[in-house]
Amino acid sequence: MFSHEARLKRQALFDLLFRSLTRVSAFGVLALLMAIIVSLVVGSMPAIHAFGFGFLTSSDWDPVNDKFGALIPIIGTLVTSGIALLIGIPVSFGIALFLTELSPRILRRPLGIAIELLAGIPSIIYGMWGLFVFAPLFADHVEPWINKHLGTLSYIGPFFSGPPMGIGMMTAGIILSIMVIPFIASVMRDVFDVVPTLLKESAYGLGATTWEVMWNIVLPYTKVGVAGGIMLGLGRALGETMAVTFVIGNAHELSKSLLMPGNSISSALANEFTEAVGDLYTSSLIELGLILFFITFVVLSIARYMLYKLGQREGQAA
Amino acid sequence: MLNLYTRRRIINAIGLTVSVLAMLFGLFWLCWILITLLNHGLPALTPMVFDKMTPPPGSTGGLLNAIAGSLMMTVVGTLIGTPIGILAGTYLAEFGQRGWMAPITRFINDVLLSAPSIVIGLFVYEVYVVHVKHFSGWAGAFALSILVIPIVIRTTENMLRLVPSTLREAAAALGAPQWKVINFVTLRAARAGIITGVLLAVARISGETAPLLFTALNNQFWSSNMDQPMANLPVVIFQFAMSPYSDWQNLAWAGALLITVSVLTLNILARVLFRQSATTH
Repeated sequence: MFSHEARLKRQALFDLLFRSLTRVSAFGVLALLMAIIVSLVVGSMPAIHAFGFGFLTSSDWDPVNDKFGALIPIIGTLVTSGIALLIGIPVSFGIALFLTELSPRILRRPLGIAIELLAGIPSIIYGMWGLFVFAPLFADHVEPWINKHLGTLSYIGPFFSGPPMGIGMMTAGIILSIMVIPFIASVMRDVFDVVPTLLKESAYGLGATTWEVMWNIVLPYTKVGVAGGIMLGLGRALGETMAVTFVIGNAHELSKSLLMPGNSISSALANEFTEAVGDLYTSSLIELGLILFFITFVVLSIARYMLYKLGQREGQAA
Repeated sequence: MLNLYTRRRIINAIGLTVSVLAMLFGLFWLCWILITLLNHGLPALTPMVFDKMTPPPGSTGGLLNAIAGSLMMTVVGTLIGTPIGILAGTYLAEFGQRGWMAPITRFINDVLLSAPSIVIGLFVYEVYVVHVKHFSGWAGAFALSILVIPIVIRTTENMLRLVPSTLREAAAALGAPQWKVINFVTLRAARAGIITGVLLAVARISGETAPLLFTALNNQFWSSNMDQPMANLPVVIFQFAMSPYSDWQNLAWAGALLITVSVLTLNILARVLFRQSATTH
């Protein structure tokens, strides 16, 4: 009897140990986030003291005189991600529509995997390919056309005129768009798949075309999830490093034209961090990292919140 | 003036055509990138790539030290990240029904899942490299393990949730304590799915460049000492591709082909494995 009780007690102890172990691991995730934020804030303290809020609005980047500002990389990050979404959203919608409604059943899986493989290709490969293959073609064939036709327009002209160099914000944005397409498309496909068949068939029964079903039934039903997927893609685009570093040109200059080289937060970090000399230079770069982390954190939180909300509604409907 | 019926049909036709074009657009880039890689990478992929060190510009060499360094850091990163990820995922799935911690952890984990990897590199630089005062393979492995953890947590939790509760209850009714139920019944039932997650995590980190730039840096020579700066494929590719020397660029293409083939193979393997387990259960 006694040994039996002792064994039970031992098992209870093991239970407690195991549960605590898993709890500590889960708590580790929270601690990790805290540690990331704290370490970045501590690291950027010298820059915060030196420049204050002016850091965000200054376009200086002068390592020789120790004057730094984040405006150019922030704009570069936002503009390239904006271009990526502008191209990526319609294409992703088309792909998701094709995969859920049009594709023959046999092709559905392989095509879905092919699009997902696009997400599997490491970003450095996109960068290399962009620099050696895409940029020269873009410079020879597309940019002269852009210059000629869009660059001469009255209001938007200045954005599209510039020397056809192949590298620049436009190229970076286009390559980013290819990289975010698989993320947005797979979320869209997943949320389109959860639309009740009854709803779609009712619309078809009333005589709606496939396009009308997508546009008037499926899209409104899943709009929260679609928005979540787009935000997820935006989060990816904002933080993408290597692909952008190869093709953006890394110039700390503010220019109106999208064809000119620029800089993004992540490419500034990748290019300059290991070579940065002096505390203020390093600390300014870390502050850039902090800003990037903050922006992506907000964007990704919104994305997750939207996707959760969709998930909850699904739960209620079921 | 078209009648309404024709107009709707035309809009439909245009919409669907554009959708097909979008699909082709996506496949077009995939094919283009893969063909480019094969075109440039295959000619450069000589046996020397696998048995010579990275050369100084102008002389011949291979990528042996970079391949070895990448393998070591990926293995160590996975070994550190996987247990933590599985334990935390278990907590979320098995113990996280009540309280505030599980929902918040889940949320934070999902955000970390797609957080910019370069920031992770900065973080490891700040908390580790600055203190030991030199770049090292350990730092690279730590950075990679931080990328592994969220992926493993996510898949572990999802897979454990798919295990039917009746299985847990049956084990508990036989008198098994909870830790035995979880370790020997639930986790075992979810094994294939969890392995899939680990494979996907390995695929993700073996192509990552950004977090290694400030942690492992690079090393031109053979080094199996994790406490020293360590050569690794992604950073070598970055350095060689950006260089003006054509023999370096060729090696970069060879490395790029190697990485892409291994990452895509891992991705496909993970899917096949997962599909098999899904059909047998």
